[in-house]
Amino acid sequence: MLFTQITFQAALPEYILALTALGLVLMAAFSGSTNSAKRFIKLTALVGYLLAFASIFVLPSESHSIYFGLFRINNFLIYMKAIVLIGAFFACWMVTSDWADGVEKPEYQVLIMLATLGMLLMISANDLISLYMGLELQSLPLYVIAAMHTRSLKSSEAGLKYFLLGALSSGMLLYGASLVYGYTGFTRFDDISSFISQNVASSGIIVGVVFMLSGLAFKISAAPFHMWTPDVYEGAPTPVTALFAITPKVAAITLLMNVTYFVFSDIRFEWMQVIIALSVASMIIGAFGAIMQKDLKRMMAYSSIAHMGYALAGLASGTHQGAAGVMIYLTTYVFMSAGAFSIILMMRRDGLPVQKLSDLSGLSSTHPYWSFGLMIFMFSMAGIPPLAGFFAKWYVFLAAVNSGLIPLAIIGVLTSVVGAFYYLRIIKLMYFEDVDQPLDEGAPTENVIILSLSIIVTVLFLFIIGPLREWSHGISQTFPVSGML
Amino acid sequence: MLSSWPILSIVTFLPLLGVLFILLASGKNKSSEHNCKMLAIWVSSFTFVVSLLLYLGFDNSIVGYQFEEQFEWISGSGISYHLGVDGISMPFILLSTFLTPLSILASWYSIKQRIREFMIAFLVLETMMVGMFASLDMMMFYLFFEGVLIPMFLIIGIWGGPRRVYAAFKFFLFTLAGSVLMLVCIMFMYLKAGTTDIPILSKFNLLPEYQFWLFIGFFASFAVKVPMWPVHTWLPDAHVEAPTAGSMILAGVLLKMGGYGFIRFSLPMFPDASVYFAPFIFTLSVIAIIYTSFVALAQTDMKKLIAYSSVAHMGFVTIGIFTLNQQGITGAMFQMISHGLISAALFFCVGIVYDRLHTREIDAYGGVADIMPNYAVFFMIMMLASVGLPGTSGFVGEILVLVGAYKSSSSLAFFAATGLVLGATYMLWLYRRVVFGRAEKSEIMRMPVLNNREIGILLPLTIFVIWFGIFPAPLLDVLNPVVALLSETVSNAQIATASLE
Repeated sequence: MLFTQITFQAALPEYILALTALGLVLMAAFSGSTNSAKRFIKLTALVGYLLAFASIFVLPSESHSIYFGLFRINNFLIYMKAIVLIGAFFACWMVTSDWADGVEKPEYQVLIMLATLGMLLMISANDLISLYMGLELQSLPLYVIAAMHTRSLKSSEAGLKYFLLGALSSGMLLYGASLVYGYTGFTRFDDISSFISQNVASSGIIVGVVFMLSGLAFKISAAPFHMWTPDVYEGAPTPVTALFAITPKVAAITLLMNVTYFVFSDIRFEWMQVIIALSVASMIIGAFGAIMQKDLKRMMAYSSIAHMGYALAGLASGTHQGAAGVMIYLTTYVFMSAGAFSIILMMRRDGLPVQKLSDLSGLSSTHPYWSFGLMIFMFSMAGIPPLAGFFAKWYVFLAAVNSGLIPLAIIGVLTSVVGAFYYLRIIKLMYFEDVDQPLDEGAPTENVIILSLSIIVTVLFLFIIGPLREWSHGISQTFPVSGML
Repeated sequence: MLSSWPILSIVTFLPLLGVLFILLASGKNKSSEHNCKMLAIWVSSFTFVVSLLLYLGFDNSIVGYQFEEQFEWISGSGISYHLGVDGISMPFILLSTFLTPLSILASWYSIKQRIREFMIAFLVLETMMVGMFASLDMMMFYLFFEGVLIPMFLIIGIWGGPRRVYAAFKFFLFTLAGSVLMLVCIMFMYLKAGTTDIPILSKFNLLPEYQFWLFIGFFASFAVKVPMWPVHTWLPDAHVEAPTAGSMILAGVLLKMGGYGFIRFSLPMFPDASVYFAPFIFTLSVIAIIYTSFVALAQTDMKKLIAYSSVAHMGFVTIGIFTLNQQGITGAMFQMISHGLISAALFFCVGIVYDRLHTREIDAYGGVADIMPNYAVFFMIMMLASVGLPGTSGFVGEILVLVGAYKSSSSLAFFAATGLVLGATYMLWLYRRVVFGRAEKSEIMRMPVLNNREIGILLPLTIFVIWFGIFPAPLLDVLNPVVALLSETVSNAQIATASLE
């Protein structure tokens, strides 16, 4: 049966987002460009995310594979969808109406909602075809919104660069997928998985896996496929950067996990090599690349590369424990990034947004709350206990050590010391230096709420970690892994 | 009746409660700043009073942990909220709670900007220090051990001297680089034993080849904290740039975290490796004692001189710990407590004259004894205690360490004793140049005598230094049972190693 109750119920968040997006298109077409119309569209989008998030709670708790196996849900994937929706909600809410970088257009809301829909489909993909469909639905709107600020040369450059490199990586992914299909004869994940477990994996499959991993590594901006990240982060309008930093990576890393843990679990020693190399390269490039940056958004780009390196260290372990570690890592990452970007979005001087590191000098004397928040996020991203980032690192590296990847863990913690240097530099600017030119006062309520929420989560994470760990270890077991270690 | 109260948790988190109150006392005017100071001093003094209950309720005859509290934290994973003290950690907790109010009092007028934030940072620092000594779970220990970095980084960086940024970064990154290696080791031990509970891990027999690597990881962390030569270079910078109160706590408590770590983790958990590495540590310690003593002789900055002398004194501590016999370890513990009191007092002595003349150059002073006789007396007692004069607490620690070292090897005792002579040289020379001579400069003639606040800080420190020098029994009685058990554990490993050979 194509349409039964379960097919509808299991994909409820996707349905809600798709319908809301279509509704938004109509509204954008027929409403004027007045401020109240824009506000109404944003409000509708927010309600859409909230409804989709609420529908998470009515999803079936057992694993299901529907639409002829194209679409799959289980508790692990549902959790990741919830994280993506929270991130998307934040990214949408943070954009205040007075932003004039092109993102005030109603199309913006439509595009990010479609991108979010793509992410949810990516997470649930259970077939090479649906994988590619979800991935492209996610990518295309993002290419457009990166170039949304049409009068800015940098924004156009960012969009073009992102598009060209993104298309290249999609091509690599497709090529890899076609090899996998060619050598196994299947596109469904379950079939490929059982084929590999019954037959000796030929080198064609392994080449295909490497190509697929490279394509996905581009999406999570893991080194050496990170080239686009600093330029796109810098050039895109800040609300778009915030979105890039928060949600697509969660979806892409879930997909990566799906592919490695589930589809190719029987050739884990082959893909583990690739993931370890990606992890080490990302941690090192992320840590050292950020040192020389003068632009806050570029620095955040390198920081996100490093964070993906840490998350991949958990993935590289190839165990359920690693999956749980990645879950915890991404959870903290979403809140830390959302909090940090809520501050970057509020940074203005004479009404114009600023994003240089030097603009932060002496922030603590003019904006004590912002600088306190940013300080917390920076210490947390550096992995200093008792903040959230420490527990995230603890669980990914714990999984790595448990799988015998002790050198990886040692490289990881040492690069985190290098990383601490540039996080501390921000704190130094805010707290140890005198104010040069003060930033504007006044902050949109939305950003302050997101900031406060993120501070609370980051500081009080030590109270959440107990239940979260237990829960994440429980639901990572639902990850169907054949022939697990 | 006392045992029904969670005294350790109260002592640990009382300062945080104070932070909440300070946050409520908002406002930027003079009176609210004064309120912040008063709140901070009252909260930290009250914490000290509560922590005295630990001493009063402490049963010396019990070897194990007392005042234990254990709750589920990260359930089902062997990581719990577990606090408790034994004879090793209890004196350190008292030292921390004792020095914090004194340090806050010491910064009463010398901190002029962002007073509220300073007090918050100091109270957070106190929670971290006490929590670290009270933790009986490695995860919690690490949380507090690293958490200390945050307030201390801010204290050095915001309220420090001209090169404060450099000093703060160096302090933070050196310490972090050491600690993260320990973190990997903690993970490894956790995976082996399935728990991070310290009492369980202390009894957990690790294979010698594991011990070897784990010891190195823990050593990296504690050696930076102690600090041992050659990773001591962050200390002089941090001390010179930190505000007086920061230096007092840094020298008084933070350096002890390394020595405490060796005693709490390295000896009981890796006894075989401790035996194996002892000669290596002796070498580093002897180099530290002799080399830094010479470096101290060459200093022109008072704070830097005392900072280097701290490195030398901590060299005694590491020698004492790794003699692995009862006298040595007891001496090291005693030396740490005594050095905590003495160095805090010495840094405050520097702070006193710095507040008056705004320089720490030794050459700028001379003849202070004529102008500030009380000061000269206090400074002399502390200087002599630092040198190890009989009748002061410094003597007891050093003589015990030397006896322990002599039992281990006579040449080790010889080199360590050389350090004593050199120590006397630079301290006496410092004292002569600052305090004696004729007061010629007009700025020195105008220096006001000690006020009540300053006497109020120096007097309790002096009393304890002399008390422990004349009558060390209260401290030794607390230490002896635990140290006896510890040295027995390690000597068993020593015998086992010897019999294998």
